[in-house]
Amino acid sequence: MRLRGVVAGVAWRMLKNVVTTPSILLPSLLFPLLFFVAFAGGLSQVQNVPGFDYPNGYTAFQFVFVLLQAAAFGGVFTGFAIARDFEGGFGRRLMLASPNRLGIVLGYGVAAVLRWVLTATLLTVVALVFGMQVGGGPVDLVALYMLALIINVCGFLWSAGIAMRIRTMQAAPLMQMPAFLLLFLAPVYVPLSLLGGTLHAVARFNPVTYALGTGRGLLAGDATQVGLSFGLALVLVVVFSVWALRGLRSAEAAG
Amino acid sequence: MSSPLLTQVGALAQRSVVRTARQPASAIPPLVFPVLLLLVNAGGLKVSTLLPGFPTDSFLAFALAVPFIQGALFSMINAGTDLARDIQTGFFSRLSLTPVRGSALLAGQITGIVVLGIVQAVFYISVGLLLGVRFAAGPAGIALLLVYAALVAIAFGGLGSFLALRLGSGESIQGLFPALFVFLFISSMNTPRDLIAVSWFRFLATINPVSYLIECVRSLIITGWDTRALALGFGLAILMAIASLGAASWALGRRMERT
Repeated sequence: MRLRGVVAGVAWRMLKNVVTTPSILLPSLLFPLLFFVAFAGGLSQVQNVPGFDYPNGYTAFQFVFVLLQAAAFGGVFTGFAIARDFEGGFGRRLMLASPNRLGIVLGYGVAAVLRWVLTATLLTVVALVFGMQVGGGPVDLVALYMLALIINVCGFLWSAGIAMRIRTMQAAPLMQMPAFLLLFLAPVYVPLSLLGGTLHAVARFNPVTYALGTGRGLLAGDATQVGLSFGLALVLVVVFSVWALRGLRSAEAAG
Repeated sequence: MSSPLLTQVGALAQRSVVRTARQPASAIPPLVFPVLLLLVNAGGLKVSTLLPGFPTDSFLAFALAVPFIQGALFSMINAGTDLARDIQTGFFSRLSLTPVRGSALLAGQITGIVVLGIVQAVFYISVGLLLGVRFAAGPAGIALLLVYAALVAIAFGGLGSFLALRLGSGESIQGLFPALFVFLFISSMNTPRDLIAVSWFRFLATINPVSYLIECVRSLIITGWDTRALALGFGLAILMAIASLGAASWALGRRMERT
C-alpha cells in the first residue's frame, strides 16, 4: 500500500509537470512527428531502390522506426526529469519523504510509459492519416506496441540509472547519446541487406536491428525472429533494472 | 568604425568565443552531432545514389552540405541561450550602465558566432576531405564556402540574438529547437528536390529557404560553379542576415529601454 502511494504520487506529479509545461511536452511530441514526416515524406523514393522488398511501403517502414525511437527517447526524457529533480534538491526531499524508495523509480517509470502512450497514439493517428498500410492482424499490432513498450522501459531504466548516479542535468548527453547511437546504427532507412560497409557490420550486432526487423514484420503481418527480439529486449530490461536500482542505492548513499 | 567601438566589439567577441570554448557542452555538440548524423546517413542512405537522376555516386559528398546549416542552427540556439543567460543573470543590465554601445554588444556577440561558424566549417571540410570527398569547385570553392559559412553564421546569429533579446529566457530559446529543426528536416537535406516523390513534401521543400542554403553548399561540393545555386544561396543568406540583424537591433533597443 505504501509502495502504491509513492508510485501514484510520483507519477501524478511527473505527468502534471509534463502536461502543464509546453517546453517539456512539445519536444517529446513534435520530434517523433518531425522525424516521421521527414523520413516518410522526403525519402519515399528509397522504396524504388533495387532490393528494397518491404511490402507495406516506405511510410509503414519508417513508422516502426519512429515508434521505437519515440519509445526509447520517451524513457530517456523521463531520466532528464529525475536529474532535474535531484539537481534542484527535490529528489533529496522525495527520498526523505518516501516510505518506500523503490516507489520513486516505479513512479517515474509509470509516468514514462503513460507519456509514451500519448506520443504513440498521436504518431499512429498521423501515420494512418498519411496513408500507412497495415498488413498485420490485431495480435501482430499488440505485439508491435508491446515491443515498443519494452523499449520505452529500457530507455527509462538506462537513463534513471545515470540520473540517480550523477544527479545533474549535465548528465543529459550521457543518457541521450548511447540511445541515439544504438538507434541510428541500425537499419533506419533501408533493410539490413541493403546496408553497406561498416554500418552493416555494426548493425548486425545491434539489438535494435532485431527489434526493428520484427516490428516491421509485425506491421506487415509477416514477423520473423519474434522470440529473439522480445528475448533480447527483456534481457535488457533485467540488466537495466539492476542498473537503475543500483543507481537508487547510489543516490541514497549520497544522502 | 571608431577605435573605442572596435575595442568594445573585440572584447565582447572574445568573451563570446572564450565562453563557448570553455563550455564543452556548448562547443562540442555543434561540431560532433552534425558529423555523426552525416556518417550515419551516409551509410544508411548510400543506396539512394542508385536512383535514376541522383546527382552523384557518393552520398557522403551529397550530404556533406547539411552539417554546415545544421551546425549554424546549433550555434544559433547556443548563442541565443548565452545572451539570454546574460539577461537573466543581470550581466546585460550591468553592461548597459557602462559606456559600451548597444551596437558593440550586438556586433561582439555576432562576431563570436562568426568565429565559431568558421571553425565549424573548417572542421566539416576537413572531415569531408579525410573521408575522400573531392570538392568539385576546387580550392577556390572551399574558400568561397568559408565566406558563405561566415555569412550564414551572421544570418543565424542575428536570429538567435533577436530571439534572446525578445524572449529573455534560455529555456524558451531551447524550447524553440524543434520548431527550427522543422525547417532543416522539411528540406532537400536527404534527397534532391526533383527526386522527392511526395508532392506536398516537395512543395514544402521548394518554398523552404533552408533547401537553397543547403543546395548552395552542395553545388560547390558536387557540381562545381553553379551560378543559379550560388546566387540563390548567397542572396537568401544576405537577405536573412539583413533581416535578422535589423530585427536584433530593434529588439536590443527595446530591451535597453526596459533596462
